[in-house]
Amino acid sequence: MTHLPYIAAAYGLALVVGAGFAVDAWLRVERARRRLEAIDPRRQRERDAT
Amino acid sequence: MGGVDHAPSPPVARSLHRFANPGRFLRISGRVLPFVAIPALLLTLGGLAWGLFVAPADYQQGDAVRIIYIHVPAAWLAGGGYLALAVCSLLSLVWRHPLADLAAVEIGPVGAAFTALCLATGSLWGKPMWGAWWVWDARLTSVLVLFFLYLGHIALVRAFDDPVRGYRAGAILALVGVVNLPVIKFSVDWWNTLHQPSTLTVTGAPSMHVDMLWPLLVCILGFSLGFAAIVTARLRAAVMERRIRGLLLAGVQAA
Repeated sequence: MTHLPYIAAAYGLALVVGAGFAVDAWLRVERARRRLEAIDPRRQRERDAT
Repeated sequence: MGGVDHAPSPPVARSLHRFANPGRFLRISGRVLPFVAIPALLLTLGGLAWGLFVAPADYQQGDAVRIIYIHVPAAWLAGGGYLALAVCSLLSLVWRHPLADLAAVEIGPVGAAFTALCLATGSLWGKPMWGAWWVWDARLTSVLVLFFLYLGHIALVRAFDDPVRGYRAGAILALVGVVNLPVIKFSVDWWNTLHQPSTLTVTGAPSMHVDMLWPLLVCILGFSLGFAAIVTARLRAAVMERRIRGLLLAGVQAA
């Protein structure tokens, strides 16, 4: 394959950007969900009802 | 009861505000997100593997042509993301849509990253093909301006103590910056540029072989769904974080 270092750098950058944002978004959602579960009275009521 | 008669909201505003309720947004987006994220992952990985291992090399560019399977989708999302940012800004300024501000804030960093990816992969292609990492060509320069517009928006929305003032200032910048999108699109037609003319157009036939076109279209679709999934997930997190801040503030005021 010609120009391999350039191609590898381009695909590596794409992987870092895509995976980085995906993992960051997932962690943010999970952190916020856990926090909300702990302090939101509406969610506590829903939990108590079930 | 003799009160002030309120004019009914226009149908557009009514239908937009139906999805403005944060609880409803969280419910609907939670159901939709897997159906966007999983196809995004499969299409992106499949399209990139197709472009990298199956699609033919170019007779002039050799294997460096494989960089387009990242560069073109990233360029598409750089412009498309900014258009989405501008639409959210319009919704925020005109209809005061409660989720539009948060959406604009969450689109900004993702759009900036894809614009940076577009510029970086362009450089990685330009060095072996043109012999230079960068040239002050109209297309490259206008995309660089787009990147600075994204950075300006990110900085501006965080520059005020009152977030609403930041959202308004950012929205105005986003709307003013829309003028750069047609400049990017038509820069290769209006000026003599080193960057080649558009390969994919709405009206004309594509100027690339079908064996390269299909993986490119799959990558564009996969990247677009991935962008939508990332922004939706970030927006879900932002809605929940706003609710957490509200609850904590209410707790402090009650104490």
